[in-house]
Amino acid sequence: MASGPESGKGFWKKLKRGLLMTHTEMFGRVEAAIADRAFLDEETLESLEEGLIAADLGVETSQELVESVRKEAKRFEGGDLSRLRDHLADRVAVLLLDAPQPPARPAGRLVTLLVGVNGVGKTTSAAKLAAWHQRHGDRVLLAAGDTFRAAATEQLELWADRLDIDVVKQKAGADPAAVVYDALQAGAARSADHVIVDTAGRLHNRQGLMAELAKIKRVIERTAAGWKKRTLLVLDATTGQNAISQAREFTRHVAVDGILLAKVDGTAKGGVTVAIARELRIPVMFLGVGEGAEDLVEFRPREFAEALVG
Amino acid sequence: MFDGLQDRLQGVFKRLKGEGRVSEEALQAALREIRLALLEADVNFRVVKSFVARVRERSIGSDVLESLTAAQQVVKIVKDELVGILGEPGGDLRLTGHPSVVLLCGLQGSGKTTTAGKLAKKLRESGRQPLLVAADLQRAAAVEQLRQVGAGVGVPVLGPDDGETAVDLATRVSREARERGYDVVVFDTAGRLHIDEALMDEIAVLAKSLDPTEFLFVADAMTGQDAVKSAGAFGKLLPLTGVILTKLDGDSRGGAALSIRSVAEVPIRFVGVGEKPDDLEVFDPERMASRILGMGDVLSLIEKAEKGLDASETERLAKRMARREFTLEDLRDQLRQMRRMGPLAQVLEALPRGGPFKGLDPSMVDEGKLTRVEAVIDSMTPREREKPTLLNASRKRRIARGSGTSVQEVNQLIKQFRTMRKMMKKIKGGWLQKAMGG
Repeated sequence: MASGPESGKGFWKKLKRGLLMTHTEMFGRVEAAIADRAFLDEETLESLEEGLIAADLGVETSQELVESVRKEAKRFEGGDLSRLRDHLADRVAVLLLDAPQPPARPAGRLVTLLVGVNGVGKTTSAAKLAAWHQRHGDRVLLAAGDTFRAAATEQLELWADRLDIDVVKQKAGADPAAVVYDALQAGAARSADHVIVDTAGRLHNRQGLMAELAKIKRVIERTAAGWKKRTLLVLDATTGQNAISQAREFTRHVAVDGILLAKVDGTAKGGVTVAIARELRIPVMFLGVGEGAEDLVEFRPREFAEALVG
Repeated sequence: MFDGLQDRLQGVFKRLKGEGRVSEEALQAALREIRLALLEADVNFRVVKSFVARVRERSIGSDVLESLTAAQQVVKIVKDELVGILGEPGGDLRLTGHPSVVLLCGLQGSGKTTTAGKLAKKLRESGRQPLLVAADLQRAAAVEQLRQVGAGVGVPVLGPDDGETAVDLATRVSREARERGYDVVVFDTAGRLHIDEALMDEIAVLAKSLDPTEFLFVADAMTGQDAVKSAGAFGKLLPLTGVILTKLDGDSRGGAALSIRSVAEVPIRFVGVGEKPDDLEVFDPERMASRILGMGDVLSLIEKAEKGLDASETERLAKRMARREFTLEDLRDQLRQMRRMGPLAQVLEALPRGGPFKGLDPSMVDEGKLTRVEAVIDSMTPREREKPTLLNASRKRRIARGSGTSVQEVNQLIKQFRTMRKMMKKIKGGWLQKAMGG
């Protein structure tokens, strides 16, 4: 599928290069071990495991992947490095692809609810997602559902101004469900194709705030009959294993359909999403790769897997 | 959820402990558990590696392994080592300048602006005259956000004039603060990636120009393996004086604290524990170590309990219980006291995972249920609260309607209350009365 003008091969190459820096050492050791002997010893496998853990895949997922490599190596009496590397990328891709793969731009009118903990980049992601859909020809409307954080509405308005997109808002402290209701009414009246709802950051262990989110979702279900609906969890790529807990709790309250992985432009690449796909079967759908409006790309499991394991 | 490390080690030693002496094999297995526990807590794998090696050395070099309580002793070694790395407890900021400048830096979304507000509030409460400075010109509406945060805590905010850069602002801040009678400047900056050379240069220039007495790196406690890279880069490129760890009110284990501490050679000073302006606490390495090991944060809980409970009220309730006068009214008071400690799930989160609390899942606690119990009691007349036997079918219907609940829920509460009373009768003459000196 075609992505925006800025988001083609360049980003994926960059992602791969960034990750390669992390993994050169790991594969250097694997390579040396293979050249030395015809098999992978425990020490080498351990350093492989460390490499995967270093990419935030988590202990369980990493161990499972290493086991698979161990078996593969046995099958081919060591085999060559590129075969093992391919095998590992395959295994990661399988885990990622095992989750459902919803379309990035489903046919028909759409409501997207963005949720996540504090500071992951929901508001910026809302703007970037709006820009992405706008580039694909959709008429987008933004709903300023974060009525809690200071200046969150102003932040979204500034973005909307730049993108020439309408924002539906209320005053600070207003009931976010009411903002969402207004936005959906406005969306219908102004024949928008896509309403994107920003929400306040909330830690997933705060039951009251999670209940508020469920209420927003109910309002959407009720008000936007006949529209397609999806809930995207925004995760920060620098987050470690706690992201699994976030995904589990958010999906328990609002049935998350996919992940928007933000801040992939640093040195962290969000390997925890592999563990999330494996454990909770929630797919990654978009990657945030910078601070500009154009810096959002569609997720590609195979490329991401290759980038993750070298 | 994770079991506490102590539980895990106890299992290992029980399994592998032979006749008195702990074998090499048992130690290996124990170290593996320690490694796993730390990796699951997001401590960087390299940090884990050297850590485990040190624990191994200390365990072998002593007679710990021969003791009957090897598991506890190994846990103690682990905890001591952790506390050692986590360093000294946090504490007051160094504010010796005229004015003193506290400069904040960090990645995007780590919580700098919220933290700036909390620090400003703390400073004002300690008798200082703080000024907040909004120098985040990267993110949309960040200046406006700090203005609102400042208004919320009653601290003035200085922002950039039209066309002014963060560096321009920095050059006039000290003079202006002095002239206007402020003695501390809390300088908020834009979030930046450690690999963004231009922005890292900018913050270095800001630091040079402001000459801060405190230069604090604000980091998200949920950070994974990457924490060593970001904190390492900030620590290497900038003359930091400390770290503030945020979002510790989440359920992350916070292994990032250890990673950060092992690469940035500055102490952790404060921790952010909520969204409200007061939710900033002094860093405590003991608690942090317990948290990383999944041993719960009992100290925080006790502190919260002390804050939430009114001592004289508690005493009155205990006396009434002892005299078997405990009524629904008292139950309601008790519920209210308990809830003053904060969201119940958060309270339970602070409990250790092992021991008597094993299997407890804080996310299962239904805060809403407590609200409903309160509502039911609220809808009763004072006489009904004193004497629940009065409650006939028609009264129950009225109460259910009044509280927005159902008759079943009212019945359930009455039943539970009776059970409670029965239990209290049983302990009559027991520990409670002795404790009360009766």
